[in-house]
Amino acid sequence: MRGWGIALLVGCLALGCAPRAVRVGSKNFTEGVILGEVAARACATGGATTEHRRQLGGTAVLWRALRAGEIDVYPEYTGTLAAELLRGVDARDLAGMRRALAHEGVAMSAPLGFNNTYALGVPEDLAAARGLRTLGDLRGHPGLALGLSHEFLERADGWPGLRARYGLPQRDVRGMDHDLAYRALSAGAIQVTDLYTTDAEIAWHHLRVLADDRSYFPEYSAVLLYRADLARRAPGCVRALESLGGSLDAATMIDLNDRVKRRRRTESSVAAAWLEEHRGLRTVVAAEGRAARVWLRTREHLAMVLASLLAAVLCAVPLGVAAARRPRLGALVLGAAGVLQTVPSLALLVLLIPVLGIGAAPAVAALFLYSLLPIVQNTVAGLRGIAPSLRESAEALGLPPSARLRLVELPLAMPSILAGVKTAAVINVGTATLGAMVGAGGYGQPILRGIRLDSTATIMEGALPAAALALLTQALFALIERAAVPRPLRGER
Amino acid sequence: MSDPPAASLAGVTKRYGDAVALGPIDLDVPANRTTVLLGPSGCGKSTLLRLLNGLIAPDAGAVRVLGVEVTPASVEGLRRRVGYVIQEGGLFPHLTARANVTLLARWLGRSPAEVDARVTELAALARLPTPLLDRHPGELSGGQRQRVALMRALMLDPEMLLLDEPLGALDPMVRAELQRDLRGVFRALNKTVVLVTHDLREARHFGDLVVLLREGRVAQQGTLAMLEGAPASGFVRDFLGAQTDAPGEP
Repeated sequence: MRGWGIALLVGCLALGCAPRAVRVGSKNFTEGVILGEVAARACATGGATTEHRRQLGGTAVLWRALRAGEIDVYPEYTGTLAAELLRGVDARDLAGMRRALAHEGVAMSAPLGFNNTYALGVPEDLAAARGLRTLGDLRGHPGLALGLSHEFLERADGWPGLRARYGLPQRDVRGMDHDLAYRALSAGAIQVTDLYTTDAEIAWHHLRVLADDRSYFPEYSAVLLYRADLARRAPGCVRALESLGGSLDAATMIDLNDRVKRRRRTESSVAAAWLEEHRGLRTVVAAEGRAARVWLRTREHLAMVLASLLAAVLCAVPLGVAAARRPRLGALVLGAAGVLQTVPSLALLVLLIPVLGIGAAPAVAALFLYSLLPIVQNTVAGLRGIAPSLRESAEALGLPPSARLRLVELPLAMPSILAGVKTAAVINVGTATLGAMVGAGGYGQPILRGIRLDSTATIMEGALPAAALALLTQALFALIERAAVPRPLRGER
Repeated sequence: MSDPPAASLAGVTKRYGDAVALGPIDLDVPANRTTVLLGPSGCGKSTLLRLLNGLIAPDAGAVRVLGVEVTPASVEGLRRRVGYVIQEGGLFPHLTARANVTLLARWLGRSPAEVDARVTELAALARLPTPLLDRHPGELSGGQRQRVALMRALMLDPEMLLLDEPLGALDPMVRAELQRDLRGVFRALNKTVVLVTHDLREARHFGDLVVLLREGRVAQQGTLAMLEGAPASGFVRDFLGAQTDAPGEP
């Protein structure tokens, strides 16, 4: 049983019985993963054993994981820090931000050198022809048509404020979908659109980003956040991270994003190439084939499902037995399991991070909790469904309660119990794909990556095996039922 | 009565909620004879039987079986000395007939040779063809199932046998045949038997002694001839008369 070994190993890692590597986390979008990969590789050249847990989730997950010590480093933006994580601190006041972070045991690297904020873009040829370089230059061209994303039109730091700050005269301003805006630009229907300054699309569509010379847009400087204790644990790593300050300008970041998004290179190879070319840091990119990748994901997925299911069976069947015997306890247990079931899986995973950290542990715990209800419910139903005359016959024979349970009641309830375990297993196979969001790997990993890169082939690399595994689980339980349920009880259902 | 009673109830009352199902009642069950508990449905006869093997506990009074008071501590040991057969559905559907019969003996760790010998002996006694032993209850007829149930009750050679309407669910032909066979078994074994029925003809067929119950109390007890010759009340006369008047009733 290789799956158990992996589950055990992962459990051990979560409990910290292996030597601590420096763990880098990254958010669930391309630029975040590239920066995480850059940080992890730089850190490794500083002499630390490093691992990169990719696309763990959104800001909240990463921030919690960092403070809980589940990860040591992750890339962040100063504007996000100011607006969401450290309320009331000015995003441009780096010293104030560092003081506030120090209270959380977190340090901030020097800014990496680029600012990923809102901007307006104009087709390069048009910009050259009209001499457009800054936002202020738009004042002299009131006839330009603007196509802006709906959110940008609404936001306080969007169009209304921008127009006021620069005194822009344009009347032809349309709200449209962000992706459609790029197409409308190509077709010449509009001339100006809003964008994120490091969008790879800027290069594809040959756009010029107009400079914000009046500093209207907030600062979203990329930085690396790391735990303050890292300076003691891995000083070489911290030196390497700090040395990245000022080394990545917006054009470079756009190019790196473009290599991954358009040219379909891996984040690892893109980060390694940049580090070698620009920082003189040589790191190894492991070549891995699709088969090896799928096999790794399969092992991770199976380990999650098996570990959670085994634990759930061991807990839920005795709980079901107790619940079937004592109606009041039964109502309590079923009620509690039912409430657990209503917690959305993503929320449950995130809630478990402070307790169990990131990785397989919270995923297994969440799957375990979800498995309880179907198994408890079916155990109770199976036991309560036994005819009173059979129950009484077993008692009248003179068998003690434990023997009655083992020899008569559980075998009679077995079809129902097995059906509950099967339901839990099939649900687990599907739900375990969410484990990738908390760093547990599994088939969710390629699905997340595929969604991010808009690559159906990558999504299928996770979705197809997951579906196959669900079917396999069904088939496996049909076999188990044959083996574990006496023939007369099989036909009755 | 020379022998001490096989079972006795002293001042026993059993209630379900506010309703009194049985008692207060005093009763001795004589040893090595067949006692028939007779009465209309709801008279408390099944309740009385279930008190004897401790499936239910009395609200007041004491039940003694085979010289031992039935208590939570003593009940398990007593049940192994008392066989119990119910109307139907008492066989475990997941086990073969043989496994049903031998379940307790195997759990107690009896040797397979001893168990096998006893099964063969009981199959002959209960007139069950041995190939049927490897079938599951669902593959047996009603009469065959009751023969298996009887074998299971007799497996450990109990000192006393309790039967709750053992023939109640059978059609008349099978019923008559099994009635005959059961009486043969009782006579051959010469054990204490307590049999519950609402059928006067069945009582006549089996009973050395009849206890006629009404609304949880003993209306009259004795041989059937005594009850018929000198009914103690209008109820006794009516109950006996009503069933005698309707001979077509199974």
